[in-house]
Amino acid sequence: MKQFATLFAALDGTTKTSAKLAALTGYFQTAPEPDRVWTIALLSGRRPKRSVTSTELREWAAEAANVPLWLFEESYAMVGDLAETIALILPVAEGVETPSLSAIIAELMQLTGQSAEVRKAAILAYWGRLGPNERLLFNKLITGGFRMGVSQGLMTRALATATGVDEAVLAHRLMGDWSPQTMPFDRLVQEDGSGPASRPYPFALAAPLEEGSEGLGDPGDWRAEWKWDGIRGQLIQRTGAFALWSRGEELITDRFPEFSALADFLPPGTVMDGEVLAWDRAANRPLPFADLQKRIGRKTVPKRLLSEAPAMLLAYDLLEVGGVDWRDRPFAERRERLEAVVAGLPEGMPLRLSPAISFESWDGLAAERQAAREMRAEGVMIKRAASPYHVGRKRGDWWKWKLDPWTVDAVMIYAQAGHGRRANLYTDFTFAVRDGNTLVPFTKAYSGLTDAEFNEITRWVQKNTLERFGPVRRVPPELVFEIGFEGIQESPRHKSGIALRFPRMLRWRRDKPVDEIDTLDGLREMLRVSRG
Amino acid sequence: MAENPVLTFTEKGIYCPDGGFFIDPWRPVDHALITHGHSDHARWGHRRYLATHQALPVIRHRLGQIEAAGIAYGERLQIGGVTVSFHPAGHVPGSAQIAVERRGEVWVVSGDYKVEPDGLAEPFSPIRCHAFISECTFGLPVFRWQPQVQVMDDIGRWWAANAAAGKASILGAYSFGKAQRLMAGVAPIGPILTHGAVEEITAILRAQGYALPDTVRAVAGVDAKTHPGALVIAPPSALGSVWARKFGPAEEAFASGWMAVRGIRRRRALGTGFVVSDHADWDGLNTAIRATGCERVFVTHGYTAPFRHWLADQGYDAGIVATEYGDDVDDATAEIAE
Repeated sequence: MKQFATLFAALDGTTKTSAKLAALTGYFQTAPEPDRVWTIALLSGRRPKRSVTSTELREWAAEAANVPLWLFEESYAMVGDLAETIALILPVAEGVETPSLSAIIAELMQLTGQSAEVRKAAILAYWGRLGPNERLLFNKLITGGFRMGVSQGLMTRALATATGVDEAVLAHRLMGDWSPQTMPFDRLVQEDGSGPASRPYPFALAAPLEEGSEGLGDPGDWRAEWKWDGIRGQLIQRTGAFALWSRGEELITDRFPEFSALADFLPPGTVMDGEVLAWDRAANRPLPFADLQKRIGRKTVPKRLLSEAPAMLLAYDLLEVGGVDWRDRPFAERRERLEAVVAGLPEGMPLRLSPAISFESWDGLAAERQAAREMRAEGVMIKRAASPYHVGRKRGDWWKWKLDPWTVDAVMIYAQAGHGRRANLYTDFTFAVRDGNTLVPFTKAYSGLTDAEFNEITRWVQKNTLERFGPVRRVPPELVFEIGFEGIQESPRHKSGIALRFPRMLRWRRDKPVDEIDTLDGLREMLRVSRG
Repeated sequence: MAENPVLTFTEKGIYCPDGGFFIDPWRPVDHALITHGHSDHARWGHRRYLATHQALPVIRHRLGQIEAAGIAYGERLQIGGVTVSFHPAGHVPGSAQIAVERRGEVWVVSGDYKVEPDGLAEPFSPIRCHAFISECTFGLPVFRWQPQVQVMDDIGRWWAANAAAGKASILGAYSFGKAQRLMAGVAPIGPILTHGAVEEITAILRAQGYALPDTVRAVAGVDAKTHPGALVIAPPSALGSVWARKFGPAEEAFASGWMAVRGIRRRRALGTGFVVSDHADWDGLNTAIRATGCERVFVTHGYTAPFRHWLADQGYDAGIVATEYGDDVDDATAEIAE
C-alpha cells in the first residue's frame, strides 16, 4: 500500500502531465505485479466488489471520530467526498507497515457476506493503522471513484512507456471484461492479439467544432451524418460472442433484447459502432431522449416498454470485417462496406444505417444542420473520408457540430454549495421564470460560469441569504442568467411541468432586470415547437 | 429599567452600550477597539482606534493617518461603565481577544485565534468569561491541524527537493502573519526572497523586535540568477502571475488551512498545499471554548450553523451573530479568505 500511496501523492501533488506520466511509468516498472494489475483496473474505472455500504461507512466513521451522524453529514457536504471526509474526520493515526494493495483488496473482497460485526472490526482495524494518505486510498477502494487526476489515456501511455508495448494495442487490450483478480500482468499487456471474444475496441471520439466549418478545407474530403442524441454503442458479433458495449465500457446486451435477432443474421467477425435510440416507427425518427432514458437504468425490460420504446441501432461505422481489424482503413471504405453489410440484413431488423447527409458546400451543410431538431438530432457529425478509426479523441478528423442551444433568461432563487473542487463555493443554483406575478422554479444548473464569477456570487449569497434549508439557501430573486439547454420535455414531476436537457449557464446577465426575464408561457411554447 | 447587555450586535458591529465603543466594527464609528490588523477586523474610517501596542504599527501602516491609542496585554482600562483588557489570541503578532467586564460579568470577543503556539505570535491565553464571542472559520471536525513542527519539516523538504532540482520554491501565504510565521518556522537552506507586500509587513514586525530571519525583497534584479534555489514568499494572488515567472523554473505551493481539503486545493490548480492556519482547528475551538468556562457562546464567522448546533448539543447557550468578518479585502484575489 505504501508504494501505491506514494504514487497517489505524486500524482496528486502536481498538475503537470509530464510529472504524472513519469510517476506512473516508474510505478509500472517497480511495483509488485498484482498491484500493477489492480492499479490499471482502478484507473480504468474497475473496482473491487463492494463489501461495505456507504451507510455503514458513515456510521462507523462518525462513531470512531466521536461525532454525531448529523455533524458527519455536514462535514461530508463540505468536503464533497465520502472517502476523504472519513480520512479527515478520524483521529490521526500513526501509519504502520501495511500489506500490499492487492492483499488489502483481497481481504476487502473476503469481507463480502460476513456479518456486520466482522466487517466493522476489519475496517476499524485498518483505519487505526493507516496513515492519512493511505486511509484516504483505503476508503476509495471501498467507495470507488478512483480518478486521481489521471485519464485512462495517460495511464495507457505510461504503461506503454513502461512495457514497450504499442499504446493503441494496449488501449484495446484494456477494454472490455477482465478480472484484476485472475489476470496476470504479463497476459494483460502482452501483444498476442488473443483475448476474450467479446472485447470491444476503444471508441473514436469527436471534438467540438467551435471555429465553424470553413477551416476544414475542401468539402469533398469530408462526409457528414446526424449527431444523434442516444447511447453510443459498439455491437460485436464474433464466434462465441454477441455483445453490445456502451461508451462507458458497460456491457448492455441484456438491456436491449431486441438486438439479439441480429446474432442470427450478422456475419461472424463483425464489429459496428453506432447509436442506440428509442425509435418511433410511425414517424420514422427517434423518440425523445426521455423515452430511451426509461430503458437505460433497467437490467430487465418489461414488455410494455419494449413496445412503447423499441430500441434501434443506427450504425455509422464498421470496425471489424470477417474477424479482421478494419480500423486503419479509410472511413469512406469502412462506410461503403457497412452499407453493404446492412443491406444484407432482412427487413424489420432493429439495425439501420445512420443516413449520410450529402452536401456540396459548407454553407449547404450549415443549412442541412438547421433541420437537426426536426430529425431529433443534436447537430451533425463531420468525418474526414480518408480518416482511420482513431483510439479516443484525436483532433482533426472527427468533428461534432452541434446546434446552438435553446436559451432562456431566468432568475436565481436558491443556491447550494458544490462538492469536491467546489466545496464551500456556491455553484449549484435553482432558477425560476415568471408566471404572472409569481416565480416558478423550472431548472437547476451548476456550470458555465468562471471561477471569478462563482466567487463573486458566493459572497453575494452569503450576504443575501433569506432562509436556509440544510445546505440550500434561499436568496432574493435578483441575479439573472441566460440558461442554455439542448432539449425540453414535459415532466409531471416538476412544478413547472417541464424538464430541460443539459441546462447550463451561458452568461450572467448583469444588464437584465428581473422583470424582463422569460415566462412559463414562453417555455411552453418551446415545448410545443420541440414536439414538432 | 432593564440593564443593557454588556455587548450587543448592531449593523455596524459588536457594540458595548455602557462603554460607547465598538469592537472590530465594519462601518465607520466614533470609537473602535481592534483585535488585530487583518483588514476585515481593522477597517478604515473610525474616529478613534484602540489596539495593543504590538498591533498598532501594522494597523497604522495599513490605514494611514488615524487617531489611535495603544494598550498593553493584560492592562485594565476603564471606558464608561466597563473595564476592558486585551489578551493574546495567538492568531498573528499583536492579535488580541478583548475582554469587557461590568461588575464581575465578563464577555470576551475572540477576534480570530489559534491555540497552538507558533513561535511568533504572542501565545493564546484562555480568559475566564460568562459569554464568549468566538470565530469558527474551521468549525467542522474534518479540520485537524498537524503540529506546526511537522508541517515546517514538510515545507523544508519541499524547498530542498526543489532546490536540488534547480528550481525556486514559491510559497503563497497571507502577507501579514502567515508569511512571517513561515519564514520564522522553516529551517533555512538558502535565501528567503519576499514579494513587496510581504516585505513591507516583515520590516515593520522586525523593527518591533519580532525574531524574523533575514529576507531579500524581490525587486528588479533579484531573480533565479542572483538567488538560485531560493524560497520565495508571496501573497497567494502572486502565484501563477507574470511576477512569479522571473524566478524561472519553479514549484508553487499555497499555505492555508483550506489546503486540508483536496477539492479546494485542486480548484486552485495547485499541486502542493501545506495545511498551515492562523485559526483554531476543530479541537482548538472546542478546547478554547471549554477553557473559558462560559455558559453563552456566540459564533461569528465560519461554519456557524453546524458549530452552533454542536455547541448547543454540548450544553451551551449558543447563538449565531451575523458579521462581516472572514472577508479579507486585502486578499480579494485569493478566493479563500482565512
